Amino acid sequence: MRVTVDPTKCDGYGTCFAMCPSVFRSDDWGYASTEGDGTVPLEDEEMARRVIALCAEHAIREIS
Amino acid sequence: MTVAVESVLYRASSAGGPSGVVGDTPPRLVLPDTAAGAFGLEQERALGFFGSPVDPAAFLAELERSGLRGRGGAGYPAHRKFAAVAGAHGETVVVANGHEGEPASAKDRWLLTHRPHLVLDGLLLAAVVTGASEAIVYVSDADALASVEGAIAELAAAGLVPDGLALRTHRAEHTYVAGEESAVCRSINGFPAKPTSKPPRPYESGVRGLPTLISNVETLAHVAWIRRHGAAAFAEVGSGTSSGTALFTLTGAVERPGVYEMSLGKTIDHLIESAGGATAGIGGLMVGGWFGGLLAGDRSSLVCCYDAVREAGSGLGCAAVTVLGRNDDLVEVAGELSTWFQSESAMQCGVCVSGTNAIARAFRQMQRGDTSTVHQENLIRWGDTLTGRGACGFIDGAAALARTAGAELARRSERKES
Repeated sequence: MRVTVDPTKCDGYGTCFAMCPSVFRSDDWGYASTEGDGTVPLEDEEMARRVIALCAEHAIREIS
Repeated sequence: MTVAVESVLYRASSAGGPSGVVGDTPPRLVLPDTAAGAFGLEQERALGFFGSPVDPAAFLAELERSGLRGRGGAGYPAHRKFAAVAGAHGETVVVANGHEGEPASAKDRWLLTHRPHLVLDGLLLAAVVTGASEAIVYVSDADALASVEGAIAELAAAGLVPDGLALRTHRAEHTYVAGEESAVCRSINGFPAKPTSKPPRPYESGVRGLPTLISNVETLAHVAWIRRHGAAAFAEVGSGTSSGTALFTLTGAVERPGVYEMSLGKTIDHLIESAGGATAGIGGLMVGGWFGGLLAGDRSSLVCCYDAVREAGSGLGCAAVTVLGRNDDLVEVAGELSTWFQSESAMQCGVCVSGTNAIARAFRQMQRGDTSTVHQENLIRWGDTLTGRGACGFIDGAAALARTAGAELARRSERKES
């Protein structure tokens, strides 16, 4: 599973990197991006799906 | 009272300045006669352009053999971009990108106003290879637009536009980000010319949602040259992974800033020499326009190829080279550049808005005499962490500036202490 953050939508709520730090990271201002190419470790796939559903700006997508 | 602040940045002149060929470079795009003005269709045909039809698969293989890489900035292998759209099912579109938002570059405008038919020959070839039903020249400069429209009318009158292909121009907004691929598609689709998040990339979904090839106008001119002369002849000059010649826009503290054709793999001093030499010594370079950061010191021995410039911590990009004189204050230049990044951000991505603001603020505070090392540390950290975080590469340019200027400031601090 791979995910991507749309930087034009992210508003810095921080839910993703708080809940799933193996996949998401924050910059100095709280905006999110993925670690590496956004590959989700097998054991974190369920959490990543919850994060996608919880993102207030619908900024996260599963891409493969 | 208003105090006018003089810019310390060097910009390319809108007309491109004088043009020339560097040293023993074989003239391919800048020909002796182009100094007199635009080539017409008959002149290009006399040189063998608009030649016999090509087999799409065979021409793709020829492009691969040539080693041609995109001349717009990213340096991506041309045959791979062509192949991605050629392999798509259904209707496709090709776009010649002549927007040239980079302030230190004028080579695309030079090409469109001096050899517009050569670009169109390459665009028609791209349409054949990809099976496109629509070919668009995307341009913002008024003179370049008029030149291309005149050339398209000539092609149509001569019956050189294939049946079933719609060939037209699209006038772009003149902002930096309007030249980014996804912004190009958005503009043509009737929306503001601002980048979108990827995926999808234009080769998957671009103009009208169709697979779209977007190719820089200089790349297309080389494509036309390769059909005329062949891949082997193209690769006779160049070095390693950088084959052929490229149009360099030279600006800054040199005798004759302008557009120069040079074989890739030659050093910067060849370029400077052709332009009559440096006028105030060499205090630093900006390579790849305003997006490759600052290279401090005399780097005139730097080899102009994709790999060597990347290893030096910059990027060849669109081959815009600015020579900073010894009198140019690198921190002052970096400070004004950071303000430019702040004002040119498309204001779409939080990281870009916040990042460019923070970088500009750090420079302002240093210029006001704040000597705290926290600014240098921040600049170096942002330089390392912000790359690749925006919807387009704009923040990457601000990050390169932060990284290289931050490193130079740290070196100066160390020198003071020792």
